Order: sequence, then C-alpha cells, then structure tokens
Amino acid sequence: MSKTRTLRRLTSEEKKLKRYKLWQGIKRDKLLYIMLIPFVLYYILFFYMPMFGLQLAFKDYSPLRGIIGSQWVGMKHFVNFFTGPYAWRVIRNTFMINIYDLLINFTATIVVALMLNEVINKHIRSAIQTVIYMPHFVSTVVAAGMVVSLLSPSSGIINTILVKLGMEKIYFLAEPKYFRGIYTAMNGWQSIGFGTIIYTSAICAIDDSLYEAASIDGAGRLQKIIHITLPGIAMTITVMLIMKIGHMLSSSAESVLLLYQPITYETADVINTYVYREGLESANYSYSTAVGLFNGIVSFILVIGANKLSHKVNNAGLW
Amino acid sequence: MKMSNSEKTANIVIYLIMFVMVLVVLYPMWYILIASFSGAAEVSAGNVILKVHDFNMGAYKRVFAMNGIAKAYFNTIFYTVFGTLLSISLTILGGYALSKSRLYGRRGLLLFITFTMWFNAGMMPTYLTYQTLNLVNTRMGILLCGAVSTFYVIIMRTCFEAIPDSMEESAKLDGANDFQILCSVYLPLAKPTIMTLVLYYMVSRWNGYFWSMILLKDDNLIPLQVVLKKLIVTMSGLYDNGSTNADTTQTSAETVVYATIVIAAAPMLLVYPFIQRFFAKGIMVGAVKG
Repeated sequence: MSKTRTLRRLTSEEKKLKRYKLWQGIKRDKLLYIMLIPFVLYYILFFYMPMFGLQLAFKDYSPLRGIIGSQWVGMKHFVNFFTGPYAWRVIRNTFMINIYDLLINFTATIVVALMLNEVINKHIRSAIQTVIYMPHFVSTVVAAGMVVSLLSPSSGIINTILVKLGMEKIYFLAEPKYFRGIYTAMNGWQSIGFGTIIYTSAICAIDDSLYEAASIDGAGRLQKIIHITLPGIAMTITVMLIMKIGHMLSSSAESVLLLYQPITYETADVINTYVYREGLESANYSYSTAVGLFNGIVSFILVIGANKLSHKVNNAGLW
Repeated sequence: MKMSNSEKTANIVIYLIMFVMVLVVLYPMWYILIASFSGAAEVSAGNVILKVHDFNMGAYKRVFAMNGIAKAYFNTIFYTVFGTLLSISLTILGGYALSKSRLYGRRGLLLFITFTMWFNAGMMPTYLTYQTLNLVNTRMGILLCGAVSTFYVIIMRTCFEAIPDSMEESAKLDGANDFQILCSVYLPLAKPTIMTLVLYYMVSRWNGYFWSMILLKDDNLIPLQVVLKKLIVTMSGLYDNGSTNADTTQTSAETVVYATIVIAAAPMLLVYPFIQRFFAKGIMVGAVKG
C-alpha cells in the first residue's frame, strides 16, 4: 500500500515538474509560438478544414443545412461511382497517363541529365541548360495554347506540313488515340529540362576521386556512367520516384483539363477532371467529394507504399 | 590526351542529341513568336516557318484593344507581388520556429504539416472551405490559395537548421529576442535559399491558373492566364469551325492568340536568364534530408 502511494506521489511530482518545465519552455519561446500562430492557422483553415469537409462524401449535401447538418447516406456515393459507367474509365486513364509519363518523361529526365554531364565544354553545357530549363517558366495555359495552335487542323504548322507532304490533315486533339501521346509530349516539354537540375546537383556531389580511380583502372565513359554516376544518384532517383508516384493522382488535372474535350474523354478523362466536372460544373458536391476522397486515399497508400519500398530496396526514403 | 575514335563518336552523338533537344524546346516558342508578328494570310498558308513574313503588329494592337487585357495584367502583377510576399512570410515564420529543436511540440507540429503532403482532402471540400470563409470571388481568396507549400517550408527549416546555434546564442547574450535574431542573424544567412523560394513562389503565382479559374467569377478580378485560356477557347472555336479563317490578311483569330501567348509568357521568360543561377543552386538537396 505505502509503496504504491509513494509511487503515485512521485509521478504526480514528476508531472508537476514536467508541467513546470513545459511552462518555462513556452514562456522562453513565446515569440516562436507567436510566429507559429499565423502559420498554424493557415494549415488549420486551408488544409484541415477541407479534411473536416470530407464527411460530405458520406452525406447528401444540402446548401441550406450546411456540411454538418446534411443527411448521412453511408456509402451511397461510392457505390454509385463504382457501379457507374465512368469509374473504370477514369481510373484506367489516370493510371495510363501516369505510366506514360513515368516511362517516357521520368526516364528521359535522367538520361538527359547524364548526357548533360558528358558535355565537356562548360560554356556549351550552361548554354544548353539555360535553354532546356526555359519551358518550366511557361505556364500550363500557355503550353496548352501552343499545343492547340500548333496542332490546329485549319492552320496549325503540323497540319500545314502534313498537307505539304501530300498527307491528309489530322485533327489531333479530337482523336482519342492521340491524346495520351500529346499529353505526355507537352508534359515532357515542360518538365524534362528543369527536372535535370536535381540530378545535375546530385552528380556534382559525387566524389571526383572515384572517377579518377576508375580512369586509372581503364574504365571507359559508359562504364563510369554505369558503375559510378548511376549508383551515385540512385538515392536521388528513388526519392524523385516516390514523390512522382505520390503526386501521380493529383498532378495531371490541370494539363488534361486544358487539352481534352468531350470527344476525347474516352482516353483523356482522369479522376481529377471527373471530380472537377461533377463537383464544380454539375454541382454534385457530395458525389464529387466521394470520388475525390477515393483519389486521396489511393494517393496516400501510394506515397506510404512507395516510401516503405524504397526503405527496403535502398535503405533510404523520404522520411 | 588524344581522343579515341569511340570517344569521338560518343561526343558527336551526345552533342547531336543535345542539339535536337534544344531545337525541340525552342522551336515551338520561336514559331509562336514569329507567327504573332506575321501576316495572318502568310501564317495560314504555311509560309511562316523560320522567319517573320509580312511583318505587322496588328495582332498585338488587337490584343491591347481588347477589353480586360490591361486589367488582367494588373491583376496578375498584383497576385504575384502580394501573393509571393504572403507566401514567403508564412514560410519563413513556420520554417524558423520549426527549426528550433528546443521548441515544445515540435515533433507534433512537424507531423501536422507533413501529413498534408501525404493526404489531400481534394477539390470539392477545398472549394467549400473557401465558400464557407467567404473567399470565393475575392482577391484575398486568390492570395491565400496555395499560399504555403509544405515542401518549401521543409526546405526553409532545413536551411535554418544548418546555421550553427552559436550564432543564436551570441545574439541572445546581446539581449536580442527571437524575432530580432530571425531578422538580423538568420535572414541574411539564409538569403540564397529565401531568394530561391521567392522565385519558386513567384513563378507559380504568375503561372497559376486552376484555382483562379475556379474561385473567380468576376471579370475584373481574373488574372492573365484565365483570360488567355478563355481567348484560346473562343478563338479556336472560331477557326476550327472554319467560319472565319482570316479576318483580314494581316490579323486573324489565331495570330491574336499567338500574340496573347507571347504577352502572357514574355515577362517570366525575360527575367528568367537573370534569376537562373538561383534555381541551379542545388536547393532540393536540402529537402531530401528533411
């Protein structure tokens, strides 16, 4: 009995001490906490308040009753989505567009970075860099505008050339079979060059003595790339891959929205553009929230999964 | 040292591929530029390929005569300047406080912000939040929208963490408080990273389209990108229906679109060479550790 009592007294004293320390800490750092107020407030309002709104996915939203007052309907919207005609289409399209992007643009970025490193003349290299970073500063609207103009059937340069070569005009943006290619090309145009920055700086960080040692051993250029440069940037590649996979489902909406039209929905409509049309154009708030929540959950699983995997493979992850 | 034959071929192949890459990047921009200054008839005849034909400024005159372009330009500058200021201030405040390991609750706060990188509530709940806060169709809404990037906060924090504690301690001995220390010790030391983040925020503000399109209904508030998008839609609607191909020989719907594209993209592309060195500074490396 007495033993437990002393124990209890000790813990309560410890608690007191802890609370005292905490209080002292807060007093000491009060200015830091004051700095955090607007910052944390921002996160609460613009990141966490929307999460609170996710309950709409299980409700029928009525503007009069508000988010909290709307009627619960359980999984109705999810059932509607998955039994509806569009679930498979948008999931497939999202997946395919990202596979294209990963296979072509992600790989191309690494290849271009490796090649850039092989350009020995410094001035030429920095000139190339200046040019290939440029499209990053062009907005998606401008890039899409360029694509639309260049591919225009009536007067776009591509079709003009096709006609000059004696071929038929093609209305590229109205043909579902071309959409993924066009999207990937536009995305690549915008992102490949700038994407090399991170690999270039990773290559810079590789110890020069490794290359010297390899030269002495008689290794050729390609061998050096395979045995020194690539392993040297493997970590960076993994991290970039995780980020890419994590953002897979959210990144594509804006470009797709600017390029697609009803006639190409078959291959172009992705989850987020569908969410956009259902929610903001057709005002099916709850249904759209449900599809968005599905998107968010899959994204979440992808990020966590990719990170776990990279810990296993590479012993290094994003966190 | 003499180059072997295979070295030489390798070099040629590399330079060739790089040359093609440069060409692919530049040509679309070059084409838009020359077409915007060329006569519409020449453009639709397909004669404008390498240089300007039938030089005229008609397309630009028509763009500037259009209602709302000047206002849209002003709006874009407004959102870029004040939005970037807001973004970088919040990022510095959060990044600085979170860089102090002595801060109680730091781990929890870090989790609180990183979680938002993993999970996003999605479009509708976000829109409804703006509606609840009465930010739809307001300038304030655009300034606040996407103001903080968690990723950049983490970069900022990593940068502050790398500055030795002794700097802070000696300033404390001189009687400076945390805010003074941030302003007079940390900000000057973190200047390169802050500049880089300012530029990143700036570019995304200038080029931002999606949420401006969703949140703004009033034509007096919309930025350039939204105007451009509307223009492309109406114009391409015009010429793809074949109804009006060339209004005159000098300007047509499409040369006007080209001119608008040039006007929208030019400012960023013109300042870019001067700010390029900031971007190349391997800023991401810091983030990887975070």
